[in-house]
Amino acid sequence: MIKALIGKKIGMTQVFNQEGTVIPVTVIEAGPCAVVSKKTTQTDGYNAVQLGFGEAKSFRLKKPVLGQFSKNNLSPSKILKEFRTSGEDELKIGDLIDVSVFNDVKAVSVTGVSKGKGYQGVVKRWGFHGGRDTHGSMFHRVPGSIGQSSYPSKVFKGLKMPGHMGSAKCSSQNLKVIKIDAAQNLLYVKGAIPGSNNSIVFVYGGDSSGRKLNK
Amino acid sequence: MNILDKIESENLKTAVSNFKPGDTLKVFQKIKEGDKERIQVFEGVVIAKKGSGIRSAFTVRKNSYGVGVEKTFLINSPLIDKIEVLYYGKVRRTKLYYLRKKFGKESKIERLELVNNQ
Repeated sequence: MIKALIGKKIGMTQVFNQEGTVIPVTVIEAGPCAVVSKKTTQTDGYNAVQLGFGEAKSFRLKKPVLGQFSKNNLSPSKILKEFRTSGEDELKIGDLIDVSVFNDVKAVSVTGVSKGKGYQGVVKRWGFHGGRDTHGSMFHRVPGSIGQSSYPSKVFKGLKMPGHMGSAKCSSQNLKVIKIDAAQNLLYVKGAIPGSNNSIVFVYGGDSSGRKLNK
Repeated sequence: MNILDKIESENLKTAVSNFKPGDTLKVFQKIKEGDKERIQVFEGVVIAKKGSGIRSAFTVRKNSYGVGVEKTFLINSPLIDKIEVLYYGKVRRTKLYYLRKKFGKESKIERLELVNNQ
């Protein structure tokens, strides 16, 4: 069985465990996801299942995408995402996967799109220390020298400079599963996950070392 | 009702006695030592209430043999067995941090008569 789902970040709260300590948790509405299509080594060169999440109005979809759903008598979904499998699972098109696949998983990794921070300088974006504010310092939050004249006589590629920050793919790995609420499709993981509330996230079940089981 | 509010309201304690800063309380706290569990009572004046919902907490201050001791408890923590209100206090602010600098008679709070306490 595939141990990965598409979900929606609901938000953060806190719960008490049995010892009475407070655990910060993020609540994710994970699944239920239908198997929309399957990829196999014979036809596509790799094994994967494509999962769909969220209801979409059919008139909002392009006809080729809609055809994928109507071909198999599935209701159209907003988000589609492929997850690699070993190829030995017995999933069929139309099968529903819900949050209970994480029942025997201790930790998950969550991938999403981080909150956008806009155009930021090097102090916020890369953690440069900046200069002194007072005592005649004329060097505050600027990046400083980026390349000297005789050597290297160029600016190295990938040099840390100001620019757009956030709004990028981002993962939080090895998050402990605190609670699974199968009735409401809710997954509680310890700690923060990328993105704003109501953003779409991909949840991957992990093994004991936190490595993803289905990429 | 949004999902987070629902989750939080489900985990709220229902039977929490109503108290305000300035009141004198007895807090019965469960303490686990290995397998054993016992109850420890902390009695003092509420000097602050903070937060809301599941995050709400309160601070109790008492004078223990001349040393001021403060403890902050989470109202909804499962470790709090019960809270008993002994006296209502007459105070004019919600954060009584000024009590930390007062000693002896000055640190006393005028008590109001408590109506009904089981």
